[in-house]
Amino acid sequence: MAINTQALMAQLLVGLINGSFYALLSLGLAVIFGMLNIINFAHGALYMLGAFCAYFLLNIFGIGYWWALILAPLAVGLVGIVIERTMLQWLSGLDHLYGLLLTFGLVLIIQGIFLAYFGSSGLPYDIPDLLKGGTNLGFMFLPTYRAWVVVFSLAVCLATWFLIEKTRLGAYLRAATENPTLVRAFGINVPLMITLTYGLGVALAGLAGVLSAPINQVRPLMGADLIIVVFAVVVIGGMGSIMGSIVTGFMLGILEGLTKYFYPEASNTVVFIFMVLVLLIKPTGLTGRAA
Amino acid sequence: MRKSLSMLVVTSALVFAGSAFAQTPGQEREDGSLGDQAGIYADIGGAGSIVAAQMAIDDSGLNKKGWNITVISADHQNKPDVGANIARQWIDVEKVDAFVDLASSGVGLAVAAVAKEKNVVNMNSGSAASDLTGAQCSPNTIHWVYDTYMLANGTGKALVKAGGDSWFFLTADYAFGHALERDTGDVVKAAGGKVLGAVRHPLNTSDFSSFLLQAQSSKAKIIGLANAGGDTTNAIKQAAEFGIVSGGQKLAALLMFITDVHALGLNVAQGLNFTETFYWDMNDDTRAFTKRFNERHKKSPPTMVHAGVYSSVLHYLKALEALGGNPHDGAKVVAKMKEMPTDDPLFGKGSIRADGRKIHPAYLFEVKKPSESKYPWDYYKLVATIPADEAFIPLDKSVCPLVKK
Repeated sequence: MAINTQALMAQLLVGLINGSFYALLSLGLAVIFGMLNIINFAHGALYMLGAFCAYFLLNIFGIGYWWALILAPLAVGLVGIVIERTMLQWLSGLDHLYGLLLTFGLVLIIQGIFLAYFGSSGLPYDIPDLLKGGTNLGFMFLPTYRAWVVVFSLAVCLATWFLIEKTRLGAYLRAATENPTLVRAFGINVPLMITLTYGLGVALAGLAGVLSAPINQVRPLMGADLIIVVFAVVVIGGMGSIMGSIVTGFMLGILEGLTKYFYPEASNTVVFIFMVLVLLIKPTGLTGRAA
Repeated sequence: MRKSLSMLVVTSALVFAGSAFAQTPGQEREDGSLGDQAGIYADIGGAGSIVAAQMAIDDSGLNKKGWNITVISADHQNKPDVGANIARQWIDVEKVDAFVDLASSGVGLAVAAVAKEKNVVNMNSGSAASDLTGAQCSPNTIHWVYDTYMLANGTGKALVKAGGDSWFFLTADYAFGHALERDTGDVVKAAGGKVLGAVRHPLNTSDFSSFLLQAQSSKAKIIGLANAGGDTTNAIKQAAEFGIVSGGQKLAALLMFITDVHALGLNVAQGLNFTETFYWDMNDDTRAFTKRFNERHKKSPPTMVHAGVYSSVLHYLKALEALGGNPHDGAKVVAKMKEMPTDDPLFGKGSIRADGRKIHPAYLFEVKKPSESKYPWDYYKLVATIPADEAFIPLDKSVCPLVKK
């Protein structure tokens, strides 16, 4: 096959765009796993909830995209806090499997309810006026909205990384996961921190949902389609590694984009092939430290 | 003896609650509505198909005459092996006599094979692959509503005639997409057009940008979407984003349902051309049916799959009545159904051919502009009617072994 440089460049850019969704979602998962030791299967459903939240804000309250970017993650974060307080906190200290099963059950319930009410075809959500249109880059037409998604999610990812790795609050958090009893002894409210962390993690999923609403249909199954890939991203990046999941997210987006160009039939399996290879060679993931 | 039980099908990712059914000895029979209840095609068939089948049973009046006809349903998850397994279980354990809906061609073909092996009646309204009445036709299967040949013939021919003589396909990578691409490609070439290429995407793809960029750089005048449901709506939405339509290329959604148009919104969907065999707002009969349908299914007016389920069950029951009871012999019932002319308020008068193809007119529609839509679900303008004898593959071109040449 003759390689068309222009087309290749375009696929790389598209990969980067998809990668920003993977990065945002896997980042939330990594934060939650890193701090709570919970494999949060409900992440996809909460991502979907974020998109629906944006849809409701617009169609019921007339609140547009920009406010939705703030309000929807807050709402999803609140849902997350309720989930953590009423259910997940009772699972702390138990095997990972319990958290996975509980959150998987939540997915089935949330998705089922939305499917029953809204059907499978989804609902339309328009791109905000300010971000309509696009630029011709010569090798491809870059929609303004997609460019915005890359820039914005990169900024959010880096801010989250900074918060957890470089601030005092982040240091407390990391310490609380290492040794909760000791951190408590310093007078820090560990359960509250854990709850807020879960809220933050799922708020990131909600944010990704709002970002994707104008691109994809707002559909009950939008999260289900994505969550497995995102899990693969987290595994490849190293469970719980913040920077690992950001970098891997973008990298796998690009890998997928290239596959869509060279052999599109494999585009939804390439991530898993890569995951198997990584697990065989370096079971802790690309950036994970050995336990 | 009277027994009743309820079924609960729990799947890996999706949950579906089944319905209870009862049997009495004598003229008992059952329809199995086997559809995609919770996946990407659930709005096209799914719960609405169960309602449609029940309405046909009620309208036949047979239950009042002492028959016992019930509908059971299950979710095939768009997986051929799941569909075939449920079909087998229904035949062996639940004594189901007929299958309806069957959205998704992979499942449709798998269940058709089971129906033939076990000699039950298979009335497919949901799948598109023309192979159901072509190379894989069977004395037990009737393909009711539409097929890939008809979609290609309707939309493909019209667009080539309007100047769209070079095509690039975005194809769902399974039986249906391949069949639709093949049939449309044939129509385009026969009408003097060219096919410049195709890209195959996995079923249930959420991001189409890579594929759309390939279609864009092909410089084809028409980008043919050989996919369905959420795949089609996502592709259309993202094509607008990448400036494909404003760049002068035209999209051909080869298979669209009214629920897809609704999901896209008229802003995005306006101007699309596609072919269907049923539209709820076609005439007084279809509107009256829609009103009754909506009393039981509020989500949408009937799609053409729902209409097909109603029409096929109604005709099936007429055939059973003409036979004076249920012979529990699928091939015999289907032969009777082929013998009798079809007539119902939704598709009008029609017939069923030797190859199992149900024949009725097809309609080329265009999606209205937002300003032209006056009431909810007022979405289509009729562009052309393709007469029944031209809408489907001519019998002399059929490769079905049941057709005597």
